[in-house]
Amino acid sequence: MDVMPKWADVILIPLISILLAAILSAVVILAIGENPWDALKLMVNGALGSTYGWGYTLYYATNFIFTGLAVSIAFHARMFNIGGEGQALIGGLGVALACLFIPWPHWTLALVGAAVMAALFGAAWAAIPAFLQAKRGSHIVITTIMFNFIAAALLNYLLIGALKVPGSMEPATAKFPEATHLPSFQDMFNFGETTFFRGAPANVSFFVGIAACVALWALIWRTRLGYEIRSFGHSESAAKYAGISPTKIIMVAMLISGGLAGMMAINNVQGEAERLVLNAVEGAGFIGIAVALMGRSHPFGVFLAALLFGFLYQGGAELALWTSIPRELIIVIQALVILFTGALDNMVRMPLERLFLALRRAKNEGRTV
Amino acid sequence: MTDTAPAIELKGISKAFGPVQANKDISIRVMPGTIHGIIGENGAGKSTLMSILYGFYKADKGEIFISGKKTLIPDSQAAIAAGIGMVFQHFKLVENFTVLENVVLGAEDSGLLRPSLARARRELKSLAAEYELNVDPDALIQDVGVGMQQRVEILKALYRKADILILDEPTGVLTPAEADHLFRILENLKREGKTIILITHKLREIMDITDTVSVMRRGEMTATVKTADTNPTELAELMVGRKVLLRVDKAPAQIGRKILEVKDLNVTDSKGVHRLKGISFDVHAGEILGIAGVAGNGQSELLEVLGGYERATGSVKVNGEEIDLSSAKSGGQSRRAKGISHVPEDRQREGLIMEFHAWENTAFGYHHDARYQKSSLFMDNSAIRTDTEEKMARFDVRPPNPQLAAKNFSGGNQQKIVLAREIERNPDLLLVGQPTRGVDIGAIEFIHQQIVALRDQGKAILLVSVELEEILSLSDRIAVMFDGKIMGERMPQDTDEKELGLLMAGMTTTPEGPIHKAVEAQLAHASGDASKEV
Repeated sequence: MDVMPKWADVILIPLISILLAAILSAVVILAIGENPWDALKLMVNGALGSTYGWGYTLYYATNFIFTGLAVSIAFHARMFNIGGEGQALIGGLGVALACLFIPWPHWTLALVGAAVMAALFGAAWAAIPAFLQAKRGSHIVITTIMFNFIAAALLNYLLIGALKVPGSMEPATAKFPEATHLPSFQDMFNFGETTFFRGAPANVSFFVGIAACVALWALIWRTRLGYEIRSFGHSESAAKYAGISPTKIIMVAMLISGGLAGMMAINNVQGEAERLVLNAVEGAGFIGIAVALMGRSHPFGVFLAALLFGFLYQGGAELALWTSIPRELIIVIQALVILFTGALDNMVRMPLERLFLALRRAKNEGRTV
Repeated sequence: MTDTAPAIELKGISKAFGPVQANKDISIRVMPGTIHGIIGENGAGKSTLMSILYGFYKADKGEIFISGKKTLIPDSQAAIAAGIGMVFQHFKLVENFTVLENVVLGAEDSGLLRPSLARARRELKSLAAEYELNVDPDALIQDVGVGMQQRVEILKALYRKADILILDEPTGVLTPAEADHLFRILENLKREGKTIILITHKLREIMDITDTVSVMRRGEMTATVKTADTNPTELAELMVGRKVLLRVDKAPAQIGRKILEVKDLNVTDSKGVHRLKGISFDVHAGEILGIAGVAGNGQSELLEVLGGYERATGSVKVNGEEIDLSSAKSGGQSRRAKGISHVPEDRQREGLIMEFHAWENTAFGYHHDARYQKSSLFMDNSAIRTDTEEKMARFDVRPPNPQLAAKNFSGGNQQKIVLAREIERNPDLLLVGQPTRGVDIGAIEFIHQQIVALRDQGKAILLVSVELEEILSLSDRIAVMFDGKIMGERMPQDTDEKELGLLMAGMTTTPEGPIHKAVEAQLAHASGDASKEV
């Protein structure tokens, strides 16, 4: 018998964790002499109070959906892919190459082409650590972290060299051609005089992110490959007994993971910047770890967690803009959410489990008396 | 004896873990200078009761009296102070310390080690002489056999002045000769006035050595009787709550053609240890070949090779067809395709994914089967669930709920899930490792019947078990493994536990002098590798 009903596990625990993080954040804000209630109102207003705010929230959420899914699929194979950052950077390189050097007739084709390139580049970047893990036993955490640095260095090199616009002082590629520009929410939700999402960066790749959630869900819970990945993740010894090749699972899971992280680039590189700049990923690869932890590695959970972190990002930016709360404090708040939802999971879980046990026992005794 | 206070008296002990009532109002009196057996199926609450006595758990209700005095035992320090010593099923020894250091560990006289060690050395010598507890004080634990490790555990307790010794399933890892030696030690301890509580699920041990026996079932103490006044059949009935067949009923084997042919099989593991040393044998249709042996003598590797996840050299033919032994990657799939099914030795590590639902486990290893696919891309989960329901009904898995995670079933029901999966595939050859390890008596009977039924359908069965009784009652032919070799083959009707026990210790002829001495010498010689496996 499971101790708790499923809804308590997937909804109640994260909610309580977020609440605890919020309370602690409020204390911190109080301590620096600001009003936490005002701060919260400002965050909610800034992130969710207008279609403009939503446009930013969903833009950030799209990044986190891809990196969160990337970490999740690796988690299912009991791999800790910390290299989302680097894989997304290299994915950006794939997008840039696809957009700059292939003459696309229409943005739909450009989106497909760029997405494929992004996935291939991201997967290729994950393939080397995966191979080292599968064949040599080099720990995936160490190698993927190191590959983040290599990716950053590689992009630095390319953006001040081969890919830089001749004569420009800026380490960035040229603007992508018009035909590769993705429709933003402003273009998509334009009904006559009222314009929604004006100036916000959210674009069509948000829907690609949703599609990726559905596809990954089907892969994990409906296909043989997903079954094998989960088996391997739960028990390597059992997987061997069942004739599942560890090498294959490590490679495939990491390729999918790297591919998903890479695909983030269709949002930030192709959709928003429309060129490749330095440090385009801005830490989204690492946020993906928190998103996957909080979303329990389930695509739907990842989607919700990505929305929450999108809100925190956008709301936090608003806070820094309108109050004297320093930008660094936003990072503190985000860190508290990660701490409570990820690392301190058991702190909430244990008392809740005891509570449910006591409730059940009380109910049983009531029945027997 | 009626005048003396009991060495241990428990009154009304209750303990619940969440919704599970592990101990219900248990009262028991253990008289000093006796051997008191506690017998019961897995999950009957024996270990919980002893853990309360040793201070690991706190009872919800109830009192403990030691020698007539009410005693509180909040932790194991208090238990040791009260004169209770515990020998766990899994030894708690530091592998790279010497025997002497292990005995002293935690009971040092002062900050300086040398005087403590010197005193311990003197004391070990006298204990050894008194109780036949002979050990080499300077040997490293990792170099000595299981039998000696167990003696070190007993010495640890005695060194801490224990008057009451609790042994939890002490013979699980011993050869018959080692078990006999242990029982002689226990007799000696009893003669010196020590009180011994022996927890076991083996009826024979209870009959052989105890004075009194208490039976536990589902958290309750169902009976306490004088061993002399009872018999195994009655005890089994008390344990299970219904009549059980202790012997397997089976018709003579109808031996058919050769199904499995193993020739000169060699395995060297990743550490370079030679695990299988040129093994050859055959298994025929309609026959159960039993492989006896102490755990860690190459049986596991043999199953792994045949099951397709360990590399080997040599030749294995199934139905006359040569099998590729060079790859250990996804060989499990090709073995299954050739009609080999495998019930692995460790269902929790290999046979099942404990977090998976029962239905997901039903497809485990067979997830490529056409009947479980909806299309080329997707699995047919509802077909698997239906199949699981049918299998659960036929194999009497309780509760018959395919949605329950494997870890929520009892050991016996977990094993039935594995057996149902492997037997219902209708294999030509069934590999079975430790089919009844950690399985309750009621389920043992059922599992044995299923294996015999498969044999009677003309299938070949390779049975690996460390339980000699199981080997003797199920097998149509017996091969004994020791140190990666087959020491000999016997027919079950022509042999007995004593002869098999000698073969299990690596001897082909009866030695001069006391048997156990020679057996121990052989076991010590067989290096620590074998013992570390268990």
